[in-house]
Amino acid sequence: MEYIELFLKSIFIDNMVFATFLGMCSYLAVSKKVTTAVGLGAAVIFVLAITVPLNWLLDQYLLQPGALKWLGADYADYDLSFLSFIMFIATIATMVQLVEIVVEKFSPSLYNSLGIFLPLIAVNCAILGGSLFMQSREIPTLGLATVYGIGSGIGWFLAILAIAAIREKIRYSNVPPALRGLGITFIITGLMAIGFMSFGGMLTGGDEAPKEEKTVKVEEPKNNTDKELANNTKVNE
Amino acid sequence: MGLKSSLHNLKEKYKGTKMAPAFNAIHTFLYLPNETTHGGTHIKVADDLKRTMNIVIMAMVPCLIFGMFNAGYQHFLVLGEIGRAEGFLDVTFWNWNNLVIGLQKVLPLVVVSYGVGLAIEFLFAVIKKHEVEEGYLVTGMLVPLIVPIDTPLWMLAVAVAFGVVIGKEVFGGTGMNILNPALTIRAFLFFAYPTWMSGDKVWVHGAVARDKAIAAGENLDAISGETVLGALAQGKEVAYSAWDMFYGIIPGSVGETSALLILLGGLFLIFTKIGSWRIMLSSVLGALAMGLIFNAVVSSGWITESSKFYALMNTEFWHHLLIGGFAFGTVFMATDPVTASQTNKGKWIYGFLIGFISILIRVFNPAYPEGVMLAILLMNVFAPTIDHYVVQGNVKRRMKRLKVKTA
Repeated sequence: MEYIELFLKSIFIDNMVFATFLGMCSYLAVSKKVTTAVGLGAAVIFVLAITVPLNWLLDQYLLQPGALKWLGADYADYDLSFLSFIMFIATIATMVQLVEIVVEKFSPSLYNSLGIFLPLIAVNCAILGGSLFMQSREIPTLGLATVYGIGSGIGWFLAILAIAAIREKIRYSNVPPALRGLGITFIITGLMAIGFMSFGGMLTGGDEAPKEEKTVKVEEPKNNTDKELANNTKVNE
Repeated sequence: MGLKSSLHNLKEKYKGTKMAPAFNAIHTFLYLPNETTHGGTHIKVADDLKRTMNIVIMAMVPCLIFGMFNAGYQHFLVLGEIGRAEGFLDVTFWNWNNLVIGLQKVLPLVVVSYGVGLAIEFLFAVIKKHEVEEGYLVTGMLVPLIVPIDTPLWMLAVAVAFGVVIGKEVFGGTGMNILNPALTIRAFLFFAYPTWMSGDKVWVHGAVARDKAIAAGENLDAISGETVLGALAQGKEVAYSAWDMFYGIIPGSVGETSALLILLGGLFLIFTKIGSWRIMLSSVLGALAMGLIFNAVVSSGWITESSKFYALMNTEFWHHLLIGGFAFGTVFMATDPVTASQTNKGKWIYGFLIGFISILIRVFNPAYPEGVMLAILLMNVFAPTIDHYVVQGNVKRRMKRLKVKTA
């Protein structure tokens, strides 16, 4: 049940594109044709499905505060979470390279049509976003992390599929010249997000008990830089 | 000189100038144009875009009139000035006083909706130098029917402006939009001014004003009229029988309550071949399927009575067709030929998913008591995708057939 819930939630409710507006660059650029969009979407599903669980392992056994316990009691209070970005991105870049090699070998036509965007998946924020959300939402098990990765990927896939079909449809529309191309695509994305709002708030308001707070908590020295920064900007304005 | 000839003269006078589309539109709206097509036109049909739109409006008029009576009836009912109407033809319902309140509240909504919407349409036609398109005629009628009776007029104006410009004109006008403009307007209202769009105060005229008076210190009883869905979502007893819901003498948006009149309108649309029976039928089937699933969940005891979804899940599956905006959305909005699926097989899928998802949202989403609007918008988004795959499927099948033949 937990698995299904997380799966549906990551596809529809926390949709990468429509709820968090991540992965926009390739979403906007490669959505002119349905077939290419399907290819890129599939690649994103694949990469997310591999990188999220991998990064979960990294996070669990290397990066989290207290993750290094398995090395011995001396390391129990190490906190390497400041390395998350670089570690996650390294995993992702490696995996994307791997996918690229596989795709080039088995489907040269797809490889050609994806062009530069396949390597660009490495810096697609949806992919890194998937890993970072996995970390910040404290997904508890490896299985759930895999499900989360696949779900987010499918959500992104659906989004790019729908917008590619719409863009094929509106090719014959008389869009004002100033809005042709990216402008109208942004507007469509906004309107699609309204459609996807139908799922917002679903499943979260269920009657299950509120999740217990995790015992390991990062005690960050709270400094006032943010506040000061805000004040400064106010003054500047 | 009659009105017709003076309009014609005006049109001739402004021919070729900037304002020409506006005068053309007024002329053709009131009269059939004098001009006939020259050259090789080979298709002769009676229903042009204008007539299509008019037929849809005709199908909606009963709902509008009923909505006016209902507005007054609900108002006086919660004030305690009249009793409950028994049955559809009760005189306490079809009452002059009810109609007066209805006219006072509903007509301004219609006027604002048409006024703002058509003004924008005219403006765009003049700027973009094309003829004014008739597409807004139906949207302008749908909008007042799907908003709560006490919606402030300026809100409606803002929403209509948003819906017409962003929902339609940026795509190039009538026939090009991807989301149903009326639903875009409704969704804009819903997300921008949620307090005016849901809850138990907005469905009956006077409830909000009464609340303000009470807050100002007047000694009055608060009045409320919550919709059937609102009551169910909070797990309360529903005070209306299935017949009340079918006749539509329940609180709700102006024109959405009467399933009976909507059914008549739907049959009229099917008879005139304007609305797609495939979409209507399949979305009813989808809703029934989801309703049956929920009923089965309840009867097999998977969900306890303490759950907040229990009341809605336990609603008899066919009641879902009668309550809320489901009937109205299915008949008048899901069938919008522009935003629905274009292929026949696609229409079945599209309609079924609308029914399925709207009941799903209705039951499972505590944030929105009604799901039809959002379900249709969501399926509007996916309609081109469905079409794409239906068409590709056909292409593939025929290619295969071709190969077998040639081999």
